[in-house]
Amino acid sequence: MKTNKVLNNADDAIRDIFEGATLMVGGFGLCGIPENLIAALKSKGTKKLICISNNAGVRDFGLGLCMANKQIKKMIASYVGENDIFEKQFLSGELEVELVPQGTFSERIRAGGAGIPGFYTPTGVGTLVAEGKEVKEFEGRKYILERALKADFALIKAWKGDPSGNLVYRKTTRNFNPMMATAAKITIAEVEELVPVGSLDPDQIHTPGIYVKRIIQGKNYEKRIENRTVTP
Amino acid sequence: MSLTRDQIVKRIALELKDGYTVNLGIGMPTLVANHIPPGMDIVLQSENGILGLGPFPKEDEVDPDLINAGKQTVTVLPGASFFSSADSFAMIRGGHIDLTVLGAMQVDEKGSIANWMIPGKMVKGMGGAMDLVAGAKRVIVAMQHCDKKNNEKKVLKKCTLPLTGIGVVDLIVTDMGVMEVTKDGLILIEHAPTLTFEQIQSETEAKLIKGPQLKPVKI
Repeated sequence: MKTNKVLNNADDAIRDIFEGATLMVGGFGLCGIPENLIAALKSKGTKKLICISNNAGVRDFGLGLCMANKQIKKMIASYVGENDIFEKQFLSGELEVELVPQGTFSERIRAGGAGIPGFYTPTGVGTLVAEGKEVKEFEGRKYILERALKADFALIKAWKGDPSGNLVYRKTTRNFNPMMATAAKITIAEVEELVPVGSLDPDQIHTPGIYVKRIIQGKNYEKRIENRTVTP
Repeated sequence: MSLTRDQIVKRIALELKDGYTVNLGIGMPTLVANHIPPGMDIVLQSENGILGLGPFPKEDEVDPDLINAGKQTVTVLPGASFFSSADSFAMIRGGHIDLTVLGAMQVDEKGSIANWMIPGKMVKGMGGAMDLVAGAKRVIVAMQHCDKKNNEKKVLKKCTLPLTGIGVVDLIVTDMGVMEVTKDGLILIEHAPTLTFEQIQSETEAKLIKGPQLKPVKI
């Protein structure tokens, strides 16, 4: 277990992301997004990307940075309401989009990483989402066939990680990160705390290192809050 | 007199039962949490990976790593747990959530609901709504009875907007009253104080059935 997957910085970690690549990007809203990797992707400027991410960030943060930079050709997401650029690019035809119910979205990614090519779900039966999909009845209820999602790269964020790629998430930053880690050819993780091998309790690891090919120590986390709501 | 937003969610809170696990949608449904009867054991689920949602944090407790599905900062109660989105939706789809409360743009007399898209105008996405209506044991809609801005009815014979789910809604609570979805159609079981059945029917495209015990909403 001595493999060292640590790279020096985000630019190095994403060096081979190519034009037209399919990327999974972790996070729910701006919570648990790989801030450093997204910033590096923006400065690399790679175009025609297909991004699989639950949301599209906001106008000036998260995946919104790459969208504003016109790097994204297609988004596969469940909710994009926080990014006004998204709506504009989509309605003008610049951006392709596949909207997927959030549970179907997470399960398609999970399936992709778990060697399951498709599955039947009750979600979306009789709606636009079901168009063109096989419908099958089980015990009197209708289900639609959904296909697995896979990617060339997954960009994910964890709280702690070690050089073997073992990861631990904190609170609601976990969201889609663990499934995405399993469903890409090359999974790149950034962590808030890179700790020595052996210092994470094996019982507490959320993502086993096998899924992670590269890991970097992230820096300067902004952790922007979308809706700061407090009790007076 | 129609009900205020607060009165709508207060009425919905009467549907809560001890021991329920509940998912509250974004917007007005979230406010149902303010009216959980003291002493009642209700666990709130948030689909981004929380069981045991607590109140909004005090200023010095705000944690950017801890938000609800509406991206609001939140806290958790003792006994809470965090999990991935795949686990969260397995919980939802698997029928482990007793009740969900959602907003809607339209509902119809078959219990179908539309709340995620206006073609050519608004494209935000369905988020977790399609999974919630497909998986929760009971679905309650909280909304205004009519779209006053565009002068359009929202309780329809058949939804015209793209659907979120077909035949999934159990109860509709609006500023005008409470309607139960049955195989015979929508039964008006409670009305806002001072509004008559006829007044509510005139604001409703679907044909309402007058509940045998139609009474004013207790507020």
